[in-house]
Amino acid sequence: MDTRDTPEQAELRRTASRLAHELGPRTVADLDDRSRGERLAAAIRSAGWLELRNDDGDGDPLASGVEAAIIAEALGEAVADVPFAGPILAADLARRAGVPATDGAVVGFAPDLIGAEVVSGSQTESPIVAVDHAGGSRVAAYVLVPDGAGYRLGLVEADSASDGADLTRSVASLPAGLAVRPVADQTRMLTRGDLDTWAALGLSLTSADMVGLMRGVLDVTVTYATDRRQYGVAIGTFQAVQHLLAEARCLLEGAFSAALYPAWAVDQLEPAEALAAARVAKAYCARAARTVCETAVQVHGGIGNTWDCIVHVHLRRALLSSQWFGDDAEQLRQIERTRLGVRHGLS
Amino acid sequence: MDFRDSPEEAAFRSRLRTWIAANNPGLPVSSTDDEYWVRQAEWHTALYDAGFFGLSWPKRFGGHELPSVFDVILDDELAAAGAPPRPSLGYLVQGITTHASEEIQDRFLPGLISGRERWCQGFSEPDAGSDLASLRTTATRDGDDYVLHGHKIWTSYSDVAEWCFLLARTDPDVPKHKGLSAFAVPMHQPGVEQYPLRMINGITKEFGQVVFDGARVAAANMIGKPGEGWRVAMTIVSHEREPGEVGYVARYAKTVKDLEATVRANPDAFRSDQREAVAWAHVQAEMLRLHVRRRLSERLDGLDHGPGGSIDKILMTWVEQTVGAAALSVAGARAVACGDDVALKIYLYSRAQSVMGGTSQIQKNIIATRILGLPVT
Repeated sequence: MDTRDTPEQAELRRTASRLAHELGPRTVADLDDRSRGERLAAAIRSAGWLELRNDDGDGDPLASGVEAAIIAEALGEAVADVPFAGPILAADLARRAGVPATDGAVVGFAPDLIGAEVVSGSQTESPIVAVDHAGGSRVAAYVLVPDGAGYRLGLVEADSASDGADLTRSVASLPAGLAVRPVADQTRMLTRGDLDTWAALGLSLTSADMVGLMRGVLDVTVTYATDRRQYGVAIGTFQAVQHLLAEARCLLEGAFSAALYPAWAVDQLEPAEALAAARVAKAYCARAARTVCETAVQVHGGIGNTWDCIVHVHLRRALLSSQWFGDDAEQLRQIERTRLGVRHGLS
Repeated sequence: MDFRDSPEEAAFRSRLRTWIAANNPGLPVSSTDDEYWVRQAEWHTALYDAGFFGLSWPKRFGGHELPSVFDVILDDELAAAGAPPRPSLGYLVQGITTHASEEIQDRFLPGLISGRERWCQGFSEPDAGSDLASLRTTATRDGDDYVLHGHKIWTSYSDVAEWCFLLARTDPDVPKHKGLSAFAVPMHQPGVEQYPLRMINGITKEFGQVVFDGARVAAANMIGKPGEGWRVAMTIVSHEREPGEVGYVARYAKTVKDLEATVRANPDAFRSDQREAVAWAHVQAEMLRLHVRRRLSERLDGLDHGPGGSIDKILMTWVEQTVGAAALSVAGARAVACGDDVALKIYLYSRAQSVMGGTSQIQKNIIATRILGLPVT
C-alpha cells in the first residue's frame, strides 16, 4: 500500500500543470483569445493525452485512471478551456465495446447528465446532451442501444450550438428525433459492469477536475487577499478572512485524498467497488468545490461578483463538473440505495 | 500509486483479522461509557502482547519497525470488526523519540508502548488554554530534583496514569516560550492531587484536573533540554492533531457502521434527511480513512513535524461532528427521552473535538499563516 505518485506520475503531474498554466486562461478576457485556445488544444493532442483510455492492443487502456485524473486535475486547476474528459470518456466506452474511438465523438447524456442516454428505437426519443466536445457546430455523440442483457453503441450526429454555464467546456443539446446509426464491428457487448466502471471513471475525472478547481481558485484568492488592502492593511490579515480560506484549504485536502482512490480503483477493483469509491469522492468533492468557489467569490468582495473577475469561471466549471454524472445529492441517494437498502423509485 | 496490500501487508491483515475475531473485548462505544476507559488498559496490553501495537516504532522499545501504513490496516480491521480503536498515544512517542535523551527513551518508551505504564499529558491550565505558552506551573530546581507547583486541566486519564508528560516553567525571567521545560513526572507521590471532571455527556473517566503542590521530579527525567519545552510541546501537539497518529478513524467507522445497520434493518422507518445524514457520515468517514492512507504513505518519504497536522485536525473534527450529528439525527426523539442514550452521548462528546488538542480557531490561524502564507499584522 503506497498512495504516493510513482516517479512517472509525479512527472506527469508537473508537466500537465506547467502546460495548463502556460496555455490556460489567466483572465476572463483570455477566454476570447482564439490562438491561445488553439495552442492549448494542440499541446494536449500532441502530448497524446486524449488517447490515454484508448485500446493498447490487448483491450486495456494505454494509461490508468490515475494518469487521466492527474491531467483532469491539472486542467481544472488552470480552468483550461480544452476538451479532455469528454473525449477520454468516449474513448473508454468505445474500447470497452471493442471499437476504435470515433474521432471527435463524445457520449450523449440524458438531460439530467447522470448517465449515458439509452435509445431503444432507430431514433432518439428525447433530447440528449453532449458535454465537453471539441467545439464546432457538428456534434457526434454515442448513445447506448439495448441488446439482450447488454448494450451496443449507437452514434447520433447533429448541428448544435454550444451553450452552458461553464465558460471553459462545451455543452450541446441535441434535439429528439435524431437517427441512431449503429457503430460497426463491435466485438464486445457492453455489460452492466462495463457501464459501472465507466461511470466510476466519469465520477473520478469530474472529482479530480473539482480538486484542481479548488486548488486554482484558492491560489487566486490567497493572492487577492494578500494584495487587496482595506483599513490600511491586507484583508488577508483579518481573522475572519483567514478562517474562510483555511477552511477552504482543508476542504481541498480532504477532496484530494478522497479523489485519488477511485481513480486507481477504476482499473483495479470490481465495478461495484470502484463505483462505490467514486460516489464517495464525487459527493465530497462536489460539496467541497461549491463551498470553496463560493468562498472565493466572497473574499473577492464586490469585484468577485463581476464578470471580469476570474473566480466565477471556476465556480461555473464546478457547477458543470458537479452535475455531470450526478451531483452530491444524487451520489448520496445512490449510497443510501447500496448501503442502507433504501429504494428510490426507478433510480 | 497502489492501494492494494503488498504480500506482507496481506499476511499481516489476515493474522490480525483472525486475532481480533477471537479477542474483541466488546467494549461499549469509546467516549460514551466509563467502562470503556476502565477496560481500555486491558485492550492496550492485549493488542500489544499479540504484536499488533506500536507497529511503526523502533524494535528496541517494543515496536515492530514496520512502515506507518500498517497502522492503516490496523484501523481498517478494528473498524470492520467493531473492535475498540488502537490506543492513541503515538504523539507522546513522537515527542519522546524526537527530543529525549537515549536514557529517557530507554527508560520510558517500552512501558508507554506496551501499556504497562500509563501516561497522561499535563499541558493546559485553567488560565493557559489556547495561549499555552503563558502557563504558570513552575518547576524549581532543588538539588537533583525539581519541585512542582501548579494546576493542570484536561489531563486525560490522569487518575490511572503512572506518569505525566508535564510542561512547566523552569525560567520565569525569559520570554514565555523560552522558559518552559518538559518532564516525565511520577504521579503516585505526595503533592499530586486529582480532581476528576465530568464531561457534558456524563463520562468521568477521561478528563481530569491535577494540582501539583510540592511534588518532585528528578532532574534526570527532563525530556529535552532546559528551556526546550515549547519545541517538545509543539512536536507533540502537531502529531496529536493527526488522525493517522491517534487512530480515531476506526472509532468513526464503527459508529457509521452501527448507524447503517440501524437504518438498514428498517429503512422505511427513517425520514430521507435521516438517511442522508448517515450517507453523508459514511462519505466523511471514508474521506478520512483515505486521507490517513495518504498521510501515512507520505511518511515513506520521511516524517514531517510541520503544520499539516492542523489541516488533518480540522478534517478529523468535521468527520467526528458529522458522525455525531448523524447519530443524533437517527436517534431522533429517543435521544432526548433518555439521558443515557448512546447517540446523545456520541453527539455531545463530538463537540469536544473542535476544542481538544487545540481549538479549530487556533488550527485555522496556523493554516492561514503557516500553510497559506497569509500576512499577519
